[in-house]
Amino acid sequence: MEDLEKIAKEIRKDILLMLNMAGSGHVGGSLSCVEILVSLYFKVMSYDAKKPSDENRDRFVLSKGHAAPALYAVLSKAGVFPRDMLWTLRKLGSPLQGHPDSKYLPGVEASTGSLAHGLPQACGMALAGKLDKNPFRVYCLMGDGEMDEGLVWEAFMSASHYKLDNLCVVIDNNTLQIDGRCRDVMNIYPLEEKFKAFGLYTKSVDGHKFSELISAFEEAKNNKRSPTVIIAHTIKGRGVSFMEDKVEYHGVAPTDEELKKALEEIDEGD
Amino acid sequence: MKATRDAYGDALLELGRKYKDVVALDADLAGSTKSVKFKEAFPERFFDMGIAEANMVDTSAGLALCGKRPYASSFAVFVTGRAFESVRQSIAYQKLPVVLCGSHGGINLGEDGGSHQAVLDISLMRTLPNMKLVVPADYNETYTAVLSTIKDDGPVYIRTSRAKSPVFTEGDFVFGRGRALRTGRDVTLVACGFLVWYALEAAKLLEKEGIDASVIDMATVKPIDEEMLYDFAKSTKKMVTIEEHTIFGGLGSAVAEFLSEHYPIKLKRIGIPDVFGESGTGDDLLCKFGFNAAGISNTVREWLKKN
Repeated sequence: MEDLEKIAKEIRKDILLMLNMAGSGHVGGSLSCVEILVSLYFKVMSYDAKKPSDENRDRFVLSKGHAAPALYAVLSKAGVFPRDMLWTLRKLGSPLQGHPDSKYLPGVEASTGSLAHGLPQACGMALAGKLDKNPFRVYCLMGDGEMDEGLVWEAFMSASHYKLDNLCVVIDNNTLQIDGRCRDVMNIYPLEEKFKAFGLYTKSVDGHKFSELISAFEEAKNNKRSPTVIIAHTIKGRGVSFMEDKVEYHGVAPTDEELKKALEEIDEGD
Repeated sequence: MKATRDAYGDALLELGRKYKDVVALDADLAGSTKSVKFKEAFPERFFDMGIAEANMVDTSAGLALCGKRPYASSFAVFVTGRAFESVRQSIAYQKLPVVLCGSHGGINLGEDGGSHQAVLDISLMRTLPNMKLVVPADYNETYTAVLSTIKDDGPVYIRTSRAKSPVFTEGDFVFGRGRALRTGRDVTLVACGFLVWYALEAAKLLEKEGIDASVIDMATVKPIDEEMLYDFAKSTKKMVTIEEHTIFGGLGSAVAEFLSEHYPIKLKRIGIPDVFGESGTGDDLLCKFGFNAAGISNTVREWLKKN
């Protein structure tokens, strides 16, 4: 676990650095999902970074595509591509597009960005795994604001209908969306009851505690009756005190001054 | 007389027999789109997604990302319109080899009315980068076109029709190639879908009046056969496009865009003006919009008089 905590700090610093260099991007929702991504790529998933196209690999789909910086930092840390590439984020010709693009970057399983399209693509992958009797698992990370999209519920309905127990969805439940608190913009809560009504096995965890996340992922692997949805309670902007739980930090990059302060704060935690 | 949607069902079944990676999806309309034939033969490879077209399209993308060859069908109005955002983000943007079949294209589906008639599907699909677009003329051409999609490495949209129509081609369809069915001196009629048949019939009527028309079956609307357009524009100096679709953004627009840049000549677009469809029998609607042989020949004759 100590190692994972250390990796998470490095990922957070890379996210802040790359966003600062890009001059734009989504910092809050990238920082809120760091522990979720680190658990998956460094503990839970069967994934060889040297073979990102191996047909037996577990798949991860970032349905909340605006958290691309977090995904890129984790993929690079895992060894899919060199860390230097991170500093090309959002630049012309870079494979690190503003939102993940499967055409240009190995390790990105599906192009996302326009919300809700990641989940049904993940369902398609899970269906393909079932057809081929290949035991790979499919993980999909979504935002709570993303639950506003109707397509999300079409996809959950079909995931349950086709009994996709090889699918595990994580909700990065940071309670904020662009225009404000999710409950004020469009109240999608309670989520757990909705998921249960859709026939999904549901588990709530602290989305910043590795032990809770990992045990929920292990539980999901053993659930052979239905897809699993893990509601990960998180804090938007987690790890940088002045960004935490602040709606203003949804879609901005840290300034030089903010970056300095944020990096110092993360290092102080050591 | 056979419907092109039946050719989709028959060709899909054949693809299912030949290739184990072919999977089919439908949105509660398998009986209408004819994907039901595949469903009955290969139930384990068929996914009914319920009345949820967007989810069907995105799920197809996921299947394709894992090496499957998905064929997803619904009414043309829904698979291109209702699911447009999924086609854009997940299929076209990723250039995935997913074949979308829109059955009940145009107005000939008749009585269900304007809510169900696809009059702008060609325009919607044509605007998408990476998307190929086929509107075959008859059963044989549809059958060959559907079979040929298995060789594609990107997305294809195929429009089929509900109405039964004459079978008059040999099915010698080649992607991106138009086919000259008749060569004349005075004017070239460029058509797609089963209106190609009516264009041929109209050409016969015009011949009796001393007008010698060429007829091109432009089944591939994108990428359009520019070479053929150029050659016929040069030889007849006048061109008429005929499509069961709005005149904005479809075949007529594709031809106009090409001609205006490369060989500006007089062009008349026959299609649906800036209106939606309505209820009526298919034949009554074809007549109302001037798509039958008499309607086409009248429009062409009157236009030629003024131009």
